[in-house]
Amino acid sequence: MPEPAYSPAPGGVDFLAHQRGDDVAVAVRDTGPGPASAAYLDCGDRFEIVARDAVPLGHKIALRDLAEREDVLEYGVLIGLTRAPVATGELVHTHNLRSARWQKSV
Amino acid sequence: MAEERLTGYRRPDGRAGIRNHVVVLPVDDLSNAVAESVARAIPGTLAIPHPYGRLQFGADLELFFQTMIGTGANPNVAAAVVIGIEPAWTERIADGIAATGKPVAQFSIERHGDLRVLELAARRAAQLLQDASELTRVPVERGELVMSIKCGESDTTSGLGANPATSEAVDRHIAAGGTVIFGETTELTGGEHLIAQRCATDDVRKKFQAFFDGYFALVERTGANLLGSQPTQGNIRGGLSTIEEKALGNIQKTGTAPVVDALAPAERPARAGLNFMDTSCAAAEFITLTAAAGAVIHLFPTGQGNVVGHPVEPVIKISANPLTVATMSEHIDVDVSGLLQLEYGLAAAGDRLEHVIDRTVNGRLTCAEVLGHREFALTRLHPSA
Repeated sequence: MPEPAYSPAPGGVDFLAHQRGDDVAVAVRDTGPGPASAAYLDCGDRFEIVARDAVPLGHKIALRDLAEREDVLEYGVLIGLTRAPVATGELVHTHNLRSARWQKSV
Repeated sequence: MAEERLTGYRRPDGRAGIRNHVVVLPVDDLSNAVAESVARAIPGTLAIPHPYGRLQFGADLELFFQTMIGTGANPNVAAAVVIGIEPAWTERIADGIAATGKPVAQFSIERHGDLRVLELAARRAAQLLQDASELTRVPVERGELVMSIKCGESDTTSGLGANPATSEAVDRHIAAGGTVIFGETTELTGGEHLIAQRCATDDVRKKFQAFFDGYFALVERTGANLLGSQPTQGNIRGGLSTIEEKALGNIQKTGTAPVVDALAPAERPARAGLNFMDTSCAAAEFITLTAAAGAVIHLFPTGQGNVVGHPVEPVIKISANPLTVATMSEHIDVDVSGLLQLEYGLAAAGDRLEHVIDRTVNGRLTCAEVLGHREFALTRLHPSA
């Protein structure tokens, strides 16, 4: 079934990060690749970032370069380990991020 | 934004409900057919069919009885007709509900047959429905209403918007003296320390930790890869990558109050405030357990658009995902997608939600009620004999 397109309102930002120190930010509308606007939800500070990939609404990009098996923080808390090196602006999802807690869920 | 006057139904045991259902409750799978026939014969009554109730034993049977009795005893229920294949378990459930003081009728099929039970039960259901129709709404206090919270088909917009908005409502409800139940044991993995820190006493913390450790061990012991189950395929499609990320979003909806107790599945809360309950994370199973524990209104934040409802506990859907709000508007009671574009803050989103909560208490039907979503899913602890 074809899915209707979502046309975002003008203004706002492309990405939201929960707080300073987080390693990922969430696309709040379909965006990328290319320069994008972002904000921290806790303090409201805005910043710019270059998305390396097309990022659908709700998906994440890296806010810094991450090595393989490195801790990834969101909400200031560990959300998993990288499976492979991830560059700043690259999409972060199940292909390159795994649970640090459920050992079989990889 | 709070309504000045909240109304509900005062039940004989003193508890307050916000709906006035007459339910036809089958004790077992065999009794679904006649129970549904009764509800068809007497429109306005509500059958609650389910697939279990035979050859259960031990802890699993006790949870079954507690859930069935709790559902009939829920303050949103005015009266119940209980129908089982044989009289002993039928009587146990009927008597459990009748202990609240509300009218209960019971029938068993063996030595009568479906058709004779249909006539007798339909005659009683008709009488109970007429009696219930004369009960009137009376003023109730916000703090009397037991609320439950659980999110579903979450995505990253849940943790950014719908869950923090729910958190506002939870804090306000508890500040008014109310009781709120949250749970979803496996969905705290990675953030369980945050809940443990909020437990009001060491005893509560020990109870909580024992529930969590038990469920965690159960999941790991299977040796299964849970990607696609927890997080669900819908979660992953919406951008959630790991159980930890999902858990941290989940916890965003629990507000800031201390956790005053850790409850077993379907256990009725004894302390006002924020209560943890050991539950599955499946939506219908969760709401079935909290309704059995006496919750009369449920807040359900969703990202990708879970459509769940419950037969007797109204479910309010909240979403911050603009695509879901646009494509599934008939399911979403409260749109807080503006949070994602920084159009307004959490206090304003909380006001929006509180307004819908108050109208729902006062009788506004939720989207799930209007669409006929009446999911009733019993939690099983182990296989039947």
